[in-house]
Amino acid sequence: MINMNIFFKVFLSLLLTAVIILGIAIPTVSNPQGFFQFPFIPGLEEKARNIFFHVPMAWTSVLAFFMAMFYGIQYLRTKNPDYDLRSVSSAGLGLMFCILATVTGSIWAKFNWGSFWNWDPRETSIFILLLIYGAYFVLRSAIEEDEKRGALSAVYSIIAGVTVPFFVFVMPRIMSGLHPGSLGDEQGSGPVVEMNMAPNMLVIFFASLIGFTMLYFWMYSLRIRTARLEQQHYSTE
Amino acid sequence: MMTGLIPYQIFVKEIISEFRTRYALNALMMFVVTTLTMVVFSLGDNDVPYEILSGMLWIIIFFSAMSGLSRTFVAEEERGTSLTLRLLTKATNVYIGKLMYNIVLICSLSVFIALAYQFIIDDFVVQSQSIFWVTILLGSIGLAGASTILAAIIAKANTKGTLFPVLSFPILLPLLLTCIRATVLAVEGAFISEALKDFQILISFAIVMIAASVMLFNFVWND
Repeated sequence: MINMNIFFKVFLSLLLTAVIILGIAIPTVSNPQGFFQFPFIPGLEEKARNIFFHVPMAWTSVLAFFMAMFYGIQYLRTKNPDYDLRSVSSAGLGLMFCILATVTGSIWAKFNWGSFWNWDPRETSIFILLLIYGAYFVLRSAIEEDEKRGALSAVYSIIAGVTVPFFVFVMPRIMSGLHPGSLGDEQGSGPVVEMNMAPNMLVIFFASLIGFTMLYFWMYSLRIRTARLEQQHYSTE
Repeated sequence: MMTGLIPYQIFVKEIISEFRTRYALNALMMFVVTTLTMVVFSLGDNDVPYEILSGMLWIIIFFSAMSGLSRTFVAEEERGTSLTLRLLTKATNVYIGKLMYNIVLICSLSVFIALAYQFIIDDFVVQSQSIFWVTILLGSIGLAGASTILAAIIAKANTKGTLFPVLSFPILLPLLLTCIRATVLAVEGAFISEALKDFQILISFAIVMIAASVMLFNFVWND
């Protein structure tokens, strides 16, 4: 059991180290040959590397929020306080990855679009996500009883989750998008999003995706274990 | 009572207890008048584009709705009457009764705001009145539908008023953006077919919010 745990951590750190080194160090050339050369994409150029970090972060935060909502529903059904612990641990990690994705995306936008923030539909929706989970944690801090806090915050996260599809329909009608993959994307950055990027980029991208997902699960189990210990400590006092 | 209170009786009870003091009505009227005056003074003699005026209208509606709606369940907790309601009937009945009252409250409030706004601000000329009033109506129903359960959450939390706009803003944003867009269309004098997509969004928002609230209200009400 302990051996598996160590194996997991070593594998995770090696994987993420490899992803970071390869993602940053491999040069982009106009005529790539072999694994250690990236293709040159007009309009994105060196900035294409952001896809190895920004997209996995955004994916991990969505996964974490989804887990938080799932355990919130489980908590409402069973009233088992352990589910509330899982829910809040996952929501906290989701917020952290969401902030990381916002920062990396914003820096990328500065050099690709010319400004750190210009209310592109994707930027707006990630901003709303930050607002929702900011409000979620404020709500939690306002309630003192454990049982009530768990139930009310779970209800809030479900109500907030229900509105998400509306952004998909509403946002494109309000403003046109600049983000790669939006309609009318003419910058030539479409191929990256449509998953027909170069094979070696694809390998690193998926390695990064797996690495960040594993990182999330590791941090998640750590948070749950410390939260359980904290709870034990306070209940025996 | 064997059958339990039906939602309509809760609705009537809300109306009666409101008219006993007229607190919410008077406070909200004064709130609206104050805000409108501030808007008029801050605009001065400048030519303001109608897009900004449309947004301003919904800012006023949003914040007055927030101050009106937060009272529905808080007042129940303050008077200590929520326990009686909980004994008398199911959570769903309470929710539907409160929702009906909130819809009536917000609809009359936003109709009042919209009339006063058109009357006071000369630059705000609505060319398609039908789109305008349908937007006001559907927007109010969506506002009330999404906010009723949040008001119940707030009443159970320790902080009463301040948290309400913080919680409801991210949830109401798709509604508000759509309403502002439809109002711009109304001012431009668009055909009603152009605003149909926005109306669809508003209607489905209200339906989804009310359906989710009916399912979840029990967890908030019976803790």
